Amino acid sequence: MEMKRRYYEDVQWLTSPVVAFWFLVLFAALALFPFFASNYYVYVANYIAINIIAAAGLNLLVGYTGQISLGHAGFFAIGAYGTVLLMTRAALPFPAALGLAALTAAGFGFLLGLPSLRLEGPYLSIATLGFGLTITQVIGRLEICGGREGLHAPDIVLGTWVIDTDREFYFLAVGLTIVLLLLMRNLIHTRTGRAFVAIRDADIAARTMGVNLIYYKTLAFAVSAFYAAVAGGLYAFVLKFIEPEIFSLMMSILFLAMVVVGGLGSMAGSVAGAVLICWLDLKLRNILNLPLVGQWLEELSRSWFSITGVSNIQYIVLGGIMIFIMLFEPLGLYGIWLRTKRYWRTWPF
Amino acid sequence: MVDFLQALVSGTAVGSSYALMGMAMVIIYKTSEVPNFAQGEMALVSAFVAMMMLSQFQLPVWAAFAVAFTVAGLLGCFLEFALLRRAKQPNTLGMIVITIGIEMVLLGLVSWKFGAEQKTMPFPIDPYDSIVIGEVFMGKLELLTLATALFFMSALYLFFRFSRLGLAMKAVQQNPEAAKIVGIPPNGILMAAWAISAVVGASAGLMLSPVLMTPFMMWDPMLKGFAAAVMGGMTSLPGAVAAAYLLGIIENLFGTYVSIEFKSVVAFAVIVLVLCIKPSGLFARHHIKKV
Repeated sequence: MEMKRRYYEDVQWLTSPVVAFWFLVLFAALALFPFFASNYYVYVANYIAINIIAAAGLNLLVGYTGQISLGHAGFFAIGAYGTVLLMTRAALPFPAALGLAALTAAGFGFLLGLPSLRLEGPYLSIATLGFGLTITQVIGRLEICGGREGLHAPDIVLGTWVIDTDREFYFLAVGLTIVLLLLMRNLIHTRTGRAFVAIRDADIAARTMGVNLIYYKTLAFAVSAFYAAVAGGLYAFVLKFIEPEIFSLMMSILFLAMVVVGGLGSMAGSVAGAVLICWLDLKLRNILNLPLVGQWLEELSRSWFSITGVSNIQYIVLGGIMIFIMLFEPLGLYGIWLRTKRYWRTWPF
Repeated sequence: MVDFLQALVSGTAVGSSYALMGMAMVIIYKTSEVPNFAQGEMALVSAFVAMMMLSQFQLPVWAAFAVAFTVAGLLGCFLEFALLRRAKQPNTLGMIVITIGIEMVLLGLVSWKFGAEQKTMPFPIDPYDSIVIGEVFMGKLELLTLATALFFMSALYLFFRFSRLGLAMKAVQQNPEAAKIVGIPPNGILMAAWAISAVVGASAGLMLSPVLMTPFMMWDPMLKGFAAAVMGGMTSLPGAVAAAYLLGIIENLFGTYVSIEFKSVVAFAVIVLVLCIKPSGLFARHHIKKV
């Protein structure tokens, strides 16, 4: 079975040639995907890649460090607005604007991390929730952010490469997602990552062991905010247009749903959760067009519910999944995967 | 001066609905340590049930409200029995996720059932009807909300002070094991707490529905009520009520004197500040955690 003999094996990424092979297949598939998929699916892939970044960032905070955040849409908004504003007003190139916006968000994350030193549970959740709502409100009122009318995102220019289609943007988004996931994986396996996990499991015990709570808790918030802001910065260019209403409380809830459904404290879980929730979110918006259930739902809506409210079924499905996962599989999709793997490894015993 | 008085009166009025939501959340948090994010949507369900009874089945107002409160109580019992009790990992994050899930399901059900078109509640009091004292306006509906809040405050005070069930609830909260030994069934107590809390929350929903009847109408009052509950210490009913009125008044003073635009978010800024200074809220004893 899995027995680790050296510390290096713990941080090793490609544990065996088989794993390396599958990663190679995955990267090849991702690289070839935009050449075969239709425009819509490339757009969906961009959307999912961005949500993976945000979910991975939130998972670092919720799953690894054990803090609660219901305000990640706020960081997402800072990233989106910051990047667009820095590009249009300050004429910065895209990488600099994205980096600067993400660092700003990390600064806000640090500030939000400060109260987290003394708060936990419902107290922390309402503080972060308030932060997210405040950011949206402030952005909606600021003249420079376009107020309620929103902002248009310019085209991205990298050197001589002008990115103006979803297909070109795909390489940027997916490439950045892979790089950021690898960075996070490395972070988690270092001293810092172990400190996060120690804080999650028992913060007072961690402090007695010499983990600097002030440093690591605020760091977790800052890194998490950084990831959310990078995701937000990219999101502005997927939508081509941003307005304050996008970054609502529902967005923060969906991020949390991705993390929880995918699996707390698992990188693969964040990816799986983001893919599942985004896919459902996009598909359920036009639920009546789905095969098989669509027809039946239409009749059901006509006789018992209302046909104008039928798109709200997506809330029922997403909420139901959240409840179901928490009741039956607190480790989420990753937990289901672990159990399946274990079952087949020892099969037929 | 008139502005100031008007802000105080409006703050008290809006604080009453926050107080009702805050009390509802505290009742649940006190007994089961669940921060109930579904509180607003539970109230939403009862408000829409009341509307359906009034406009579709033409029931008299008292009967419609009775049905709405019964539905609220049963819904509370059902949610506790069917979902919260079954949680495998009853930690704070898990409970928050479950209640947010419940919130989304209820929100989806209500907006699926009632569709996208604008609804109005056939409420006997016109929400824009007001009485004038001196130069200060107070809506009749606001007055009714205030009365409802006062009623529930005193009822809950008497309930937790003198009734057997109320005392049993306090006992379960203070020491579940000892409560079990003296013969109090903790599960039944939890269910009762959810039912009572749902009824208190439903009253807030009914009082708010004549002004605006949309599936999202309870988000703001719920969050503000939650903020008030947190500010008051999350386990203290008087604390939640005091904080709710404080938030309502601060909000209105801020709206009158500083900026009307940021009125709705000032409450959150206030609670973040309060929590930075007193992490367990204004009215709770600080709980020192041991390893």
